[in-house]
Amino acid sequence: MSRSSVYAIDIALVVLGIVVVWQLLHMGAGDVAISSPAATALRAGELLLSDAFWPHAAETGLALFYALVIALMIGLGVGTLLGGHRLSGDVAEPILVALYSLPKITLYPVILLVFGLGLEAKVAFGAIHGVIPVTIFTMNAVKNINPVFLRTSRVLGMGPMQTATHILLPATLPEIVSGLRVGFSLTLLGVIIGELFASHRGMGFLVMRAIGTHDVTTMMAVTLLLAVAAVLIASLLLYIDNRLHRRV
Amino acid sequence: MTRLAWIRLAIVLGAFAALEWLVQSGRISTHTMIPPTRMVTELWAILASGELTGDITQTLGNVAIACLLSVTVGFVVGAGIHAIPRLRRALDPFLTTYYAVPFFVFYPLLVYIFGMNNLPMIAIGFMFAVVAMIINTLNGLDKIPRVYDKVARMHQMSRASMALRIQIPAAAPNLFTGLKLSVAYAFIGVIASEFILAPGGLGYAIAFAYDNFDNETMYALMLFILVLVTAINMTLHYLEQRLLRRQGF
Amino acid sequence: MTGEIHAHLTRVTRVYPAVAGNPPVHALGPIDLELRRGEFFAIVGPSGCGKSTCMDVLAGLAPPSEGEVSFEGNPIRGSVPDGVGAVFQEDASFPWLTVWDNAAFGLRRQGVDAAEIRRRVEYALGFMGLRDFAQAYPAQLSGGMRQRVCIARTLVLQPRLILLDEPFGALDAQTRLLMGDELLRLWRETGATVLLITHALDEAAMLSDRVGAMSARPGRFLETLETGWPRDRDSSMLEGETFGHITGRLWQLLRSESQAAMGHHPDAAQGGTRREAG
Ligand SMILES: Nc1ncnc2c1ncn2[C@@H]1O[C@H](COP(=O)(O)OP(=O)(O)OP(=O)(O)O)[C@@H](O)[C@H]1O
Ligand SMILES: [Mg+2]
Repeated sequence: MSRSSVYAIDIALVVLGIVVVWQLLHMGAGDVAISSPAATALRAGELLLSDAFWPHAAETGLALFYALVIALMIGLGVGTLLGGHRLSGDVAEPILVALYSLPKITLYPVILLVFGLGLEAKVAFGAIHGVIPVTIFTMNAVKNINPVFLRTSRVLGMGPMQTATHILLPATLPEIVSGLRVGFSLTLLGVIIGELFASHRGMGFLVMRAIGTHDVTTMMAVTLLLAVAAVLIASLLLYIDNRLHRRV
Repeated sequence: MTRLAWIRLAIVLGAFAALEWLVQSGRISTHTMIPPTRMVTELWAILASGELTGDITQTLGNVAIACLLSVTVGFVVGAGIHAIPRLRRALDPFLTTYYAVPFFVFYPLLVYIFGMNNLPMIAIGFMFAVVAMIINTLNGLDKIPRVYDKVARMHQMSRASMALRIQIPAAAPNLFTGLKLSVAYAFIGVIASEFILAPGGLGYAIAFAYDNFDNETMYALMLFILVLVTAINMTLHYLEQRLLRRQGF
Repeated sequence: MTGEIHAHLTRVTRVYPAVAGNPPVHALGPIDLELRRGEFFAIVGPSGCGKSTCMDVLAGLAPPSEGEVSFEGNPIRGSVPDGVGAVFQEDASFPWLTVWDNAAFGLRRQGVDAAEIRRRVEYALGFMGLRDFAQAYPAQLSGGMRQRVCIARTLVLQPRLILLDEPFGALDAQTRLLMGDELLRLWRETGATVLLITHALDEAAMLSDRVGAMSARPGRFLETLETGWPRDRDSSMLEGETFGHITGRLWQLLRSESQAAMGHHPDAAQGGTRREAG
C-alpha cells in the first residue's frame, strides 16, 4: 500500500475515533444532554435544506468576511510600517504580544456601547481578535526580508512599484498567509463570541436560542456545521501556507 | 530599565492620558467611556470594599485549575503522541486546525450537561489551553538532537532518568512557551465563559455591570483584568528569560 | 605496541533496515578490526562510508547485522560496556548545564561522591583548557570548545577505550593541529586505547600508530598503515618526510573511493581527476 493511502486511512480512523467517542458520550449522558452523531448529522442536513437557516449562516459569514478584510488591511498596513522601522517594531512587539494574550471579551461591552447591537459590533469584535496576529506576522515578515533582495532590486534598477510586487510581496507572502491562518481562527472566534452574547442573528445566536428551548440536537447540529466549515477553511489555508513555505 | 522599556511605558501612559483628555473634554461621551483616573479610583474602592473578592478568587481558582490540568494533560498527551509517529502524522492536521473551531459554542452545551457551576468554565479553559501545550510539547520533543539518545546510552541511563535529565531540560524552551500560552488561553477561556453565562466571577461581574448600565464598575473591572493579565504575562516572560537566556535561546 | 587485543570486530556488517519506503542501507563491512591495548588507531574514509556506524557498533550503541564485537574479552551485545567512552560527531553538550555540570554529568549518574567529582572535573577541565569557562554555558562557547566540553565529559569517567568521531570537525586547520597535540598528551597520560575517526588525512597520519583507510560505502578497510611514530610525538612531525609518505599513500588509497562517494563512476573519473589537477 502506498504511503499516501496509509495516511488517508489513518485520517479516516481519527475521524472515526472522534465519532465513536461522541457516540459513547451520547450513550452515557443520554439524549437530553448529548445527541447522537447520527441524529446530529440528520438535523444538520435538515438545517442545510431549510430556508430559515441560511440567513443566519449568511450573517455570520458576512460578519466574518468584513472582519477578516478589516483585520487584514489594518494588520498589513501597521505590520509593514512596524517591520520597516526597527525601533518601532522593537517597541511594539511585546505590547502586541501582551494584547494577543488579553481576554478581549472583556472589551465587548465597549464595542456594544460604541456600535450598538448588530452586524457592526460583531465585525468590530472579530476584527479586534484577528488584527493582532496578522500584524505580528506581517511585521516579522517585513523585518526579516533579506537585505540582499532590496540591494538586488536597486542594482537591477527596479522602481518602488516593481520592487513591491516582484520582491516584497513574494518574499513576505508565506509569513503573511501564516498570519492570516492564525488570524482567521481568532476572527471567527470573535464573531461567534459576539453572537453568543447580545445578538439576534447568526450561528452563535442559533446556538443560544436552541439551548434556551432545550433543543440539544439543533444546538449540536449548528455547532457541528460551524466546526466542519471552520476546519475546512483552516485546512485550505494550511494547504496554501504549506505550499508557500515549500513544505509540501 | 532599557530604553525600549521606557518608550513602551511612555506609549502606554500616553494612551491613557489621551483617553483621559478625550473623555474629560467631552469629546467622548461619559455614556460610552469613563476617564481612566475614575477607573483607578473606582477599582480601588471596589477592591477595598471586598465586594468582589469572591468573584476574583473564583475566576483565579478556575484559571489555575484549568492551567494545571491543561499543562499536565497536554504534556503527557504530547509525549504520548510523539512516541507513536504514525498517530502523530494522522493527528497533525487536526491539531493545527483545532483553534479554528470556535469552542465557545460548546459552552452552553457544557452548562446544560454539568449545570451552572465552575465545571463548564474549567472545561472550556482546559479545551482552549490544552492543545497549545500539546503542540508545544511536540515541537519541543522534535527539537531534541538525536545524538542525546546515544549520550544517554553511553551513560547507561534508565528511560526515566533520560526523560528527567535530558529530554525535559532539552525541550524546556518549548515547554515554557506551552505554559505561557496555556495560561493566556485559560484566562481567555474562563473569563469569556463567565461573560456569556455563569454564576459568578470577573467576566460575569463585567457582563452584569454592562446589563445594569454601571459603567464605573464595568471599566474598573476591565482595568483590573488588563493589569492582572499583563502582570502575569510579564512575570512569566521574566522567568522565561532568566531560565533560558543563559542557554542562548 | 604489539600488546594484547583490547577490542575487536570480526566479520562485522551493519545494514540499516528499510524504513518508510526507503530500501535498506548496507552501511558497513564486512570488516575486521583489532585494537591493541594502548594504541592510537585512526580511521579515515570518504563521507558516508560508515565510519560513524563502525563506532556505534564498537560502542555497543548499534548491533552488528552480522559478525562479532568484543571488548576486553567479553562480547558486546546490545548495551554499552563499562570502560568505553565516546565523543560524537554532532555537538552533544547540554545547553541547560554549565560547562562544569556538563563535565560532571556522567559521574553524578554513577553516584560518585562530591569530592571525587570535583577532583576529576577540575582535572578534566584544566586538561581541555576550559578552566576559565567552568561556569559558562555552552551557548557562550565556540563549536570547538563545546566539543572539548564533550571530551571532558567522557574523560572524567576514565574510560579505557576512547572513541572520538570527528571531534575537531568544527575547527580551523591550525587549531586542529594544536588540539591534536592535546589529544596525544591525553592519550599518553591516560594510557587509554584511542580510536579516532577523521576525514583529515594529515590528522590521521600525524596522530596515530595505525591508520585504517576505508572504502566508499559499504565501508571496508582497504589497507591499514603502520606509521611507526614514537609514543612521544607531536605536530612537529609534520616537517619530516615520513609524514608526506603516509598522507600520500592514504590519498592514493582514497581518491577513487572519494569520487565514488561523490557519485562519480570510477572509470569515468579519470578525466575529472585530470581536469582538477590541471
Ligand atoms: N539511522 C540510519 N538509517 C539509515 N541509514 C543510515 C542511518 N545512519 C546512517 N545511515 C547511512 O549509512 C551510511 C553510513 O553512515 P555513517 O554516518 O556511518 O557515515 P560516516 O562515514 O560517518 O560519514 P561522515 O563522514 O559524513 O560522517 C550513510 O550512507 C548513511 O546514509
Ligand atoms: Mg560520521
